[in-house]
Amino acid sequence: MNKIESPEESRKLLDKIFKDLTRSIVKKDELTRFWFFILLMFIGVGLWGWIIQVDRGLGVTGMRDYVSWGIYIANFVFFVAVSLIGFLLSSAMHLLKIDWVKPVSRVAEQIAIAAVGLAGIIIVMDMGRPDRLLNVFLHGRFASPIVWDLTVVTTYLTISVLLFYIPLIPDLALLRDRLGSQVPKWQLKVYSILSLGWKGNPKQFKTVYHAMRVLMILIIPVGLSIHTVTSWLFASTLRAGWDSTIFGPYFVAGAFVAGTAAVIIVMYVYRVRHGLKDYFEDKHFNQMGKLLVFVSLLYLYFNVNEFLVPGYKMKLAEGIHLSNLFAGDYAPMFWFAQIFGLFIPIILLLFKFFRKPLPITIISAFVLVSAWFKRYIIVIPTEEHPFLPIQNVPENFHHYAPTSIEIMIMLFSFFAAIFIISVLSKLFPVITIWEYAEEKGIDKKYLSETPKN
Amino acid sequence: MEKKTRRDFMKTLGVSIGATGVLTSSLLSSCNRVEAVSGDKIKVLTAGGQLVEVDISQLKPAEFPSLSENQERGRKGIPGKSWVMVIDLSKCRNARECMKACQDHHQLRPEQHHINVLQMQDAEHTAPYYMPKPCQHCDDPPCTKVCPVNATFKRDDGIVLIDNERCIGCRFCIAACPYSARVFNWFEPRDAEKYEGVTYNIEANVPQKKGTISKCLFSADLLREDKLPSCVSACPNGVYWFGDRNEDAVTNGTTKETVRFSELIKDNAAYTLMEELGTKPRVFYLPPKDRAFPFEGDAPDHHDA
Repeated sequence: MNKIESPEESRKLLDKIFKDLTRSIVKKDELTRFWFFILLMFIGVGLWGWIIQVDRGLGVTGMRDYVSWGIYIANFVFFVAVSLIGFLLSSAMHLLKIDWVKPVSRVAEQIAIAAVGLAGIIIVMDMGRPDRLLNVFLHGRFASPIVWDLTVVTTYLTISVLLFYIPLIPDLALLRDRLGSQVPKWQLKVYSILSLGWKGNPKQFKTVYHAMRVLMILIIPVGLSIHTVTSWLFASTLRAGWDSTIFGPYFVAGAFVAGTAAVIIVMYVYRVRHGLKDYFEDKHFNQMGKLLVFVSLLYLYFNVNEFLVPGYKMKLAEGIHLSNLFAGDYAPMFWFAQIFGLFIPIILLLFKFFRKPLPITIISAFVLVSAWFKRYIIVIPTEEHPFLPIQNVPENFHHYAPTSIEIMIMLFSFFAAIFIISVLSKLFPVITIWEYAEEKGIDKKYLSETPKN
Repeated sequence: MEKKTRRDFMKTLGVSIGATGVLTSSLLSSCNRVEAVSGDKIKVLTAGGQLVEVDISQLKPAEFPSLSENQERGRKGIPGKSWVMVIDLSKCRNARECMKACQDHHQLRPEQHHINVLQMQDAEHTAPYYMPKPCQHCDDPPCTKVCPVNATFKRDDGIVLIDNERCIGCRFCIAACPYSARVFNWFEPRDAEKYEGVTYNIEANVPQKKGTISKCLFSADLLREDKLPSCVSACPNGVYWFGDRNEDAVTNGTTKETVRFSELIKDNAAYTLMEELGTKPRVFYLPPKDRAFPFEGDAPDHHDA
């Protein structure tokens, strides 16, 4: 990190960095339009599915009186899990002064905002009476974990948005000053308003550093709470399979695995699509690979605790639940998640070759799919085996299978999350320009210079 | 005395309207206008299934408390009472009259059970038996704890009730209940069109509403009229005892015999369901010993034969 002394060289390098990192913003092509069209189409279809569900009742789903939480809740847990990466990468590791995460932290924040936003939306879509959402504020009971969850989810969303926005302000000023006619007028206007009259003097930078530090510290307890409280939605009940004391850390560890995989995939997409090979470098994938091994080992440790200890005792209700997972209806999903989402990735990622961009992205895709299966397995099988027998009800009350409406709404949530990430990456640079430039040894004073065109 | 009977009748009527499908709400509103004795008689079905003839002018829907009054007194409960139920497993032969009466009373679809007669077998070689399972009305209810909006709550008289005007349909209470006592209105409830315009009675949870929860309420609406819950009085085999723990008296729904609650549960070694969970149920079971009927597996259709 040598300081570049020559002003000429500094300016040239800054111009190059700016050009590379704004290419995705300036670029107008058919593929981008098509991409947004596809996303909006799926979002529309999903919303239509939800309208049908509101009209006819939750009976259009596969949920019934015994399995009364289905893939919506599994999806909710999945989204909360993925969102936790924002806290790990852009806060915890920043505070530990691990420098290589800096270019990755905005990707992590994009994912955090999209995922936690969708977690909030999907929970409303799961409600029998979404029209009574306000009752939670009018009659909220603080003894209910749902109210805790609502509190931490909204707090986490707020802090995540701020943690995305505040480091963005100097970048917004750069965009405002340098993009000129390359983008539509309204977009410049947006940059101008959002940059809050940023001038780039040392006092302003001091404020930004200070605010970021405060937020990074604040998000640690909130980030830990959001997924811990989500795990308590299950752990606070008496059901076999949910009645566990380690659900909090078990969920948090699992969240790091899912989120790291998601960040790697998005990094790879940006690297290829926006030609950012020199920014999301091999070394970043290498480091993310090591991080994934580390959090996966942690998760493995919790898995051993969560399944082996009750599996050793095989208490009646727990025993039925575990047999169902190990060798019953859910065995294929369970072993897929454990083998392809945990064992094999851990082993492969120990080798440097598999930490190269393409191999690690493929591995991450498996990890992410397994993470979703894992949430399904956490939510649904427990409900199929209550303490008392399921009798005198139709056959479809015994087993849960998602219906097409549920799949439509699930696709909505995925595509809406990708849509949010796409919009954020289309409007704002995916790497913090000023931070990156500083990293490369460019003095801050060059940032506020308007280039002569 | 006369007035009281009439009021009782009106309350019964409010509930039985849809259940019997004889009257509609338009009738009630038309009755509202006719005050003087008109001489016009009308046939109505009571909750007990009796066909009676009354003068139209006697139908006064105004005597039914308004929604807010009903919700308010429904939350408080019946003063001084502490309701308990005792279920004698040795008497149950799976006649399912309780389930039927309950579904008619609470506007439930055939697959919705506030009370469900289960076939139980505790261990591999032990004897199977029938076990009617209503809500246990726990004194430490896991369901009310988790409700985010206080739509389900514990009353002073021990009943766990639901306000389906407030329920948001999150179904956390279903997840929390270890007894699988709760049912959800996944679709429009049964006979929804017949109940249209009927004022909600929180103590019967009728009319049911799509997207909200329901469960056994010990027929709190009938208790207010000094009547036994509908399952208790429907049982032909003397399975159910119901009463007030404060008075230490329970009455059998079939024989109408009243005994001391404490003696009944002491003499018969009563137990509660899954007491190890610490939920403190208000429903007591007498063990299936010296059984009056043999266990015959699936539901024999006693009444159809």
